[in-house]
Amino acid sequence: MTIQFDSFQEWAQFCQKQACKLYEPVLRYEIELRNRTEEEIWAHMRKAYQVMCEAIETGLTEDMRSRSGMIDNGGKKVYNSPITVLSPEFQKLVARAVAAKEVNSCMGRIVAAPTAGASGIMPAVLHTLQEIHRLPEQVILESMLVAAGIALIIEKKAGIAGAVGGCQAETGTAAAMGAGAIVYALGGSTEQIFNAVGITIQCMLGLVCDPIAGLVEMPCVVRNASAAAIAYSSAQLSIAGMSGVVPVDECVMAMGEVGQSMESRYKETAQGGLATTPTGLAIAQKVLVQDIEILDDEEQQENQ
Amino acid sequence: MSEGSSIFDMIGPVMIGPSSSHTAGVVRIGRVAVRLLGGIPEEATITFFNSFARTYEGHGSDRAIIAGLLDFKTDDKRIKESFEYAKQQGLKYRFRAVGNASTLHPNTVKLELRRGERSIEVVGESRGGGLINIASYNGFRANFSASLHTLIVMAQDTKGAIAFLADILAHDDCNIATLSVSRKAKNELACHCYEMDSGIRPITLEYMKSIPWIKEVIYIPDIDL
Repeated sequence: MTIQFDSFQEWAQFCQKQACKLYEPVLRYEIELRNRTEEEIWAHMRKAYQVMCEAIETGLTEDMRSRSGMIDNGGKKVYNSPITVLSPEFQKLVARAVAAKEVNSCMGRIVAAPTAGASGIMPAVLHTLQEIHRLPEQVILESMLVAAGIALIIEKKAGIAGAVGGCQAETGTAAAMGAGAIVYALGGSTEQIFNAVGITIQCMLGLVCDPIAGLVEMPCVVRNASAAAIAYSSAQLSIAGMSGVVPVDECVMAMGEVGQSMESRYKETAQGGLATTPTGLAIAQKVLVQDIEILDDEEQQENQ
Repeated sequence: MSEGSSIFDMIGPVMIGPSSSHTAGVVRIGRVAVRLLGGIPEEATITFFNSFARTYEGHGSDRAIIAGLLDFKTDDKRIKESFEYAKQQGLKYRFRAVGNASTLHPNTVKLELRRGERSIEVVGESRGGGLINIASYNGFRANFSASLHTLIVMAQDTKGAIAFLADILAHDDCNIATLSVSRKAKNELACHCYEMDSGIRPITLEYMKSIPWIKEVIYIPDIDL
C-alpha cells in the first residue's frame, strides 16, 4: 500500500502510521504505480546525482558561452573571485548553481530537477551539502527521493512548468525540493522538513517567468543561484524551530492560485518583465523568430 | 492529469539543455511521431504554436524536434548538431510559427510527416519537465503521455469494439491505465488509445492486426528506451 502524493499532510500521516522514513512511500509509489524495481530507482538517483556533479564540473572548467552572448562563464568567475562576500561555502554554492545552469543554457547534459530551467539548484544544494557535512551517498540519495515526493505534490497542486505557473513553479519548486532535502539529510523532523518547504515557497511566491528573448539564460541563471541560497536559508530557519505559520499544503495552494492568475506574458512567453525592458527587447531583436503567422477565426476553429 | 507522474520526471530526465519543455519534451514528441509513422520521416513540416512560436529557435526546439524525428534520445549529445544529421539521413524539413492558436496548449507543436507512401499528422503538447501529451493523431483526439506502454488501434466504429479489445488486453495481463476513444463520424473509423502498465506480446499484436474491422495497430513501449 502506498499514497498518491496529493498532500504533505497525507504523506506525514502515512509515515507516522507506518513508522517509516519519509523517502519510503516515494520509493513504494514508484514501485507500485510505475512498475519499477527498487534497484532501478536507486540506480536512477545515483546516475542523476552523478550527472549533476558532472554538470557542475563542466560549468567550472569548460568554456560556457551562449550564442546570444548572455551566458559568459559566470560560474567560473564567481568560483574564482578573490572577494568572498559571506563565506567560502556560500561562494561555492552560488558558483555551482550558476555553473550547472550555464551548462544547461549551452545545450549541455543536465538533470531536469524538476525542470531544466531550474537544473542548477539541486546540484549546487546537494553537492555543497555533501561537501560541508561529509554525508554518505545513501543519505544524499534518500534526500533526493524526498525531494522527488515534494515535487510530485507541487506538480499536482500548482504546476512545475514556467508556462503554467511562472518562475515560482520552476526555481520555486527546485528550491523547495532542495530545502526539504537539506533538512532531511541533516536529520530534521518531518515537520521541520515540510516547514522548510513551506517557507521556501513563501520566499519564491509570485516570481514571474520573464526570460530575455525567451532563452533559458537570463534571469534564469541568477535565479538558480538565489534559489539555492533560499533553500539554505529556509532550511536554517526551519531546522532551528522557526515556523512558517502557514502550513505547507496551504503554501502550495497559494502558489497554484498565484500561478493561475498570472498573466500569460509572465509565463515563459517573453512578453513581459525583464524580457520587455529596452535591453531585453534589443537582445530579442537579435535572436528571436520574427516571422510568425497569425490565424484568423476560421483557422482557429480547425485547430480545435 | 489522471495518471500520476513518475519520480523519474521530478528528478530527471537526464537531458540536453536548455529547456525541458522546449528540448526534452519536444524530442520525446518527435520520438512518438517516429513510431506512429513507422520510421524516420523523409519530409516534415513542423508548426510551433503560441509560446513555442516565438522562442523555438532560441531554445533550440528546432534542433530538438529534428533530433526527435531522427529518433535521438533526450540525453543524446548530438541534439545540438541535429540539422547536420538530418542532412546526412535525407530528412527534409521546414518550420512554421503560429502565434495565436488560443484553443491549443501554450507549448504545442504540430508535425506533418511523410515516409514513402505514408503521411501522418501528430499534435503534441510539452507540459514541462519533459512530460508530454500527444493531443491528436491524424485528427483523432488521442491524449496519451507515452510514458507508459501505449497501444493505438484504428478500428471500424462498431458495437463492442472497446469491450473486445479490453478483453484481449486482460488476457495478456495488461492493466489499462487510461483510455481515450474518438471517432470522426458514426460507423466510420475510431481511434483507440490505450495506456497500459505493462507490455503486450507480439503475438497479441499480430492477432489484433488480423481482425478485419481493425485497420491499424501501433504499439509504443516506453518512449525513452
